[in-house]
Amino acid sequence: MINILTEMFSYAFLVRAVVVGLLVSLCAALLGVSLVLKRYSMIGDGLSHVGFGTLAVATAMNVAPLIVSIPVCVAAAFLLLRISENSKIRGDAAIALISTSSLAIGVVVISMTTGMNTDVCNYLFGSILSMRHSDVQLSVALSIVVLTMFALLYNKVFAVTFDENFAKATGIKTGIYNMLIAFLTAITIVLGMRMMGALLISSLIIFPSLTSMRVCKKFKTVTICSSVISVVCFFIGVTGSYVYATPTGASVVMINIAAFLLFWAWSFIKMKLKGFSGVRNFDMEKRN
Amino acid sequence: MALLTCKDASFAYEGHTVVSGLNFSVESGDYLCIAGENGSGKSTLIKGLLRLKAPQKGSIFMGDGLKANEIGYLPQQTAVQKDFPASAYEVTLSGRLSRRGVRPFYSKSDKMNAKENLTRLGIWELRNRCYRELSGGQQQRVLLARALCATQKILLLDEPVAGLDPVATQDLYRQISKINRETGITIVMVSHDIHGAVKYAGKILHLKNEQVFFGTTADYMKSSIGVRFLGGERHD
Repeated sequence: MINILTEMFSYAFLVRAVVVGLLVSLCAALLGVSLVLKRYSMIGDGLSHVGFGTLAVATAMNVAPLIVSIPVCVAAAFLLLRISENSKIRGDAAIALISTSSLAIGVVVISMTTGMNTDVCNYLFGSILSMRHSDVQLSVALSIVVLTMFALLYNKVFAVTFDENFAKATGIKTGIYNMLIAFLTAITIVLGMRMMGALLISSLIIFPSLTSMRVCKKFKTVTICSSVISVVCFFIGVTGSYVYATPTGASVVMINIAAFLLFWAWSFIKMKLKGFSGVRNFDMEKRN
Repeated sequence: MALLTCKDASFAYEGHTVVSGLNFSVESGDYLCIAGENGSGKSTLIKGLLRLKAPQKGSIFMGDGLKANEIGYLPQQTAVQKDFPASAYEVTLSGRLSRRGVRPFYSKSDKMNAKENLTRLGIWELRNRCYRELSGGQQQRVLLARALCATQKILLLDEPVAGLDPVATQDLYRQISKINRETGITIVMVSHDIHGAVKYAGKILHLKNEQVFFGTTADYMKSSIGVRFLGGERHD
């Protein structure tokens, strides 16, 4: 085991990938709790498709991908947020429209420039070799920004997620916090996309929080638990992909699926064990 | 000067007037119940009082030094909350957030206040329980504790007893009435349970897409609209 790890970390590109990957999975897990609870999981999925389009365009124009992707994805995030908040337009249909459009634009641009080759596959399913030196520095800096902002906004994120109307009524500017969450999500997705792949990055947002919600009962424990799950799953996934020579993104998702099933089984067994006494307690409380 | 004054106010959704001709005021320490059938404009008026919705015509004043972030609000429950992993304590403490401003974390006095309000409503023992696993009456108490954390002056309650069984309903009414008597916090409650309203409230505002009655409960029970709405059978 130790031998594998030392061998793995003797490759500089793998060290870079693991550092960025761990930071991105931490950010994604934190933001995911709020997005999943607000029923905004599809925004993450829509954003990753927009990211694919911008990545293709950036490669065609021969500029650094992050410089094009970040502003476009942030703009798309605000747009998707507005669409989801406005019940008059069908939110889910509009998100599907935007994500398929950007996917189509991306594919057309790629086929016109480099042709449909392994690049497309790398964009869609991720590649561990995609991390350059300058990317790593920017990714680390942006991840730290996301983590700091999340820590400072933690209580506001809770209030806005749990009950937006109450927050608004007591004078909290909920619009700004929703936009900040969308902004941070867009950055996280762009950072993680090339390693995890445009089709798989939203799993980093959705899986850890759903997994931890099987077992945890408090917002704070859900948040902490999902960040731990996310980081651990990523690390096991990367190591697994190194050992068995499987694609990184897909391997990480496989580990996340396993964790989800494990936690689900745990909560199921716990419920069965507590079932009888739980019903009695509930009746007693009702009478009080 | 009254805490809240409505002057010839009306509210509309997309140009379609929902409720109009509102002329009433809420004095400090009042217990006002806003009654009326479904769709009569009650919840719209609450949104207006909370400044979530601007009046189409007329105006709403706040007096007695009441600030927008000093209103406690008990909203109707949303679908998101029914499946939310949060402890009763976390929910209650979030009521203090509006006082924090840009400061990111809660202080000791915020935590003391949350404890005080949970204890006052008899749910301090439930503080570590998950919100979604509490009974309907307990959930309403948690939300009431949160509203109390946000205010020292006025509580706006939107259908607080909706979906509660009769025992929990009476409990919550007694609890609200006790808060009003003991702390002098003004209560404005929307309810279509008119019998519960006349039993506890001091004043009634009856809406039917316009203001059809505003006055004390005793006057309301004698008025023709009150007699008709109460069904003329219960006068307890």
